[in-house]
Amino acid sequence: MAALQSLHALRLWALALYRRLEQAFDRVFGASLNPLRHLGSLGFLLFWLLAISGIFVYILFDTSVVGAYRSIDQLSKGPWYEGGLLRSVHRYAADGFVLVMLGHLLREGLAGRYQGFRRVPWLTGVPLLLLAFVSAIGGFWLCWDQLGQFSALATAEWLDRLPLFGSPLTRNFLTAAAVSDRLFSLLVFVHIGVPLLLVFGLWFHIQRISRAAVFPPRPLAAATTLTLCVLALAAPVQSHGPADMAIVPAQLQIDWLLLFVHPLTYATSGETVWALLGVSLIVLLGLPFLPQPAPVPVATVDADNCNGCRRCFDDCPYQAVTMVAHPTRPARQLAQVNADLCASCGICAGACPSATPFRGIASLVSGIDMPTLTVDAMRRQLREGLAGLARGGPRIVVFGCRQGAAADRLAAPDVLCLNLLCAGQLPPSFIEYALRDGADAVLIAACEPAGCEFRLGSRWTLERIAGAREPHLRDSVPPDRVTVAFADAGEEASLARALDALRQRLRAMPPPPVDDRIAVHG
Amino acid sequence: MAERIASTPAAWIGQALLYAVFALIIGVFSQWPAYRHLDPGQALIKVSFNHQGKPVSACRPATEQELGKLPPNMRAPMVCPRERTPITIEMDLDGTAALRHVAVPSGLSRDGASAFYQRLPVKAGTHRLAIRVKHDAQSPGFDFERQATVTLRSAQVLVIDFDPGKGGITLQ
Repeated sequence: MAALQSLHALRLWALALYRRLEQAFDRVFGASLNPLRHLGSLGFLLFWLLAISGIFVYILFDTSVVGAYRSIDQLSKGPWYEGGLLRSVHRYAADGFVLVMLGHLLREGLAGRYQGFRRVPWLTGVPLLLLAFVSAIGGFWLCWDQLGQFSALATAEWLDRLPLFGSPLTRNFLTAAAVSDRLFSLLVFVHIGVPLLLVFGLWFHIQRISRAAVFPPRPLAAATTLTLCVLALAAPVQSHGPADMAIVPAQLQIDWLLLFVHPLTYATSGETVWALLGVSLIVLLGLPFLPQPAPVPVATVDADNCNGCRRCFDDCPYQAVTMVAHPTRPARQLAQVNADLCASCGICAGACPSATPFRGIASLVSGIDMPTLTVDAMRRQLREGLAGLARGGPRIVVFGCRQGAAADRLAAPDVLCLNLLCAGQLPPSFIEYALRDGADAVLIAACEPAGCEFRLGSRWTLERIAGAREPHLRDSVPPDRVTVAFADAGEEASLARALDALRQRLRAMPPPPVDDRIAVHG
Repeated sequence: MAERIASTPAAWIGQALLYAVFALIIGVFSQWPAYRHLDPGQALIKVSFNHQGKPVSACRPATEQELGKLPPNMRAPMVCPRERTPITIEMDLDGTAALRHVAVPSGLSRDGASAFYQRLPVKAGTHRLAIRVKHDAQSPGFDFERQATVTLRSAQVLVIDFDPGKGGITLQ
């Protein structure tokens, strides 16, 4: 148990380091175009680049021992527009794919996103690592140059360390006579089949999330593609000499990102590399089954208050809400929460039209709500907090996010802080309610949209406030009294600056009409 | 209310630099440092075979008792063992024992082929080789022997195979 706690502390320390790097990149790229926040979708982009360039290369590929080398080599020797560029992009996209895939694994692993409702995406992601490398290594064989020859032999020798095959695979590459044209048909089949399996696996990987990002923002996609094209033009990929089974290639320009396993095998032993692979897989597949923190209560539905509007169904980032027939109201639907999928983020509660504090009932109950922080508790805290705020100067309500910068640190006599499970838990009507009940302005502290712990919380909040998504903030709310500040965990200083800027702006503004400020609700 | 978007000249330069670093990492490590699989001045001998040895013992006539237990259509007069001889290979290199291996037949009944693969890096130059193979447990000593003097260039691969149907021990 002590070892687990040490590992946990180490993970948090590494996560803090990673967040610093991410925030440094934010300053350069802007958070919305920061590649470190889009590693998964960049992986998809690189996969599509691989598919497009691969289809082109395949059209020109000759599936025979002699033709394989000749057809690929000609691509590099001809003008770049006749295929050389695409061949190079194909290789470099594979390198990039492996880099962003490992980066994605590292980021999600450090953030502890392998337990609870994220267990299945994690478990379905691990085999994709293997498929990616199998596909990449097989691609080198198809070139059938000396690098392909080396890789084929090294792979066969490594596989032969396992008692899987009656006849050693290595015998297929023992002499020139052993390598047949039919082998290349098989290799092409593998090099196309494994990526298809990868697509299938990716589909499983993103099955449990809604609106999965399968393409990065366009500027990021364009810049990444352009970078690979420039690299392909500056350093086009060249074939080594043709494969010759009678010699050992003397010196190889090996692709260390994709073929590192071969030198590792020869530097240690096949058994050692198998053991390393096995241990890595056991660790990765075992992480979701480590002792977990106590489960957080999931969203609950109140049938009497659910009108079946489907907004929670639309907004849930993890497809945890489904719509079923209402038990008592014919022709109506009722939201139903799947506890295994629910992230307890509260975004559904923020989407519920019945979660408005303007309702007159003494105890506010909404259609879908979070047991850990109900809309009734939010309204009560807001009322009590507003009543206790110092008078004489601008009074500000801060709706914070527990996953982002610690908004509590902004608490002051003139500032009321309410920490939500996620910024997306905030029904927009609470903003209007706060302004009508005495606040001069509202500051919503949300995580960067590209780094929201629950994926869509910040995005939905922005859209609801901008009136682009239901439930939306009413037009009558003065927009200059509402501010959204993006601040991830650790960016408290940035949040404090946003609050100061809001204070200064308020001082320069006339007070709102008295009638509105003293309105009493409920 | 807008997201933070970096659009200053410094940010543009920074982005260009970081994309260049990304390209540099891929461009460099996709071909550097060069890897040398075999030390200079070395050659490689690969010894391999995939062959089914002879039965471990001779066929014998079935006893009356054995035949009586079998259906009439299965009463073969001779009983032959399924198990095959493990194949033993030895190789001397310049008069010194360099390799000895016994390849066990595959299959639960040990009736399949015996397979073997071994790579031996050697110095380039002339070498005296003596290879011996035994694939029949019923015969004394080794069944196949071959001696050869080979001259191997640096990085050359010599394949030593064994297939009685193709002349026994072959050097390619």
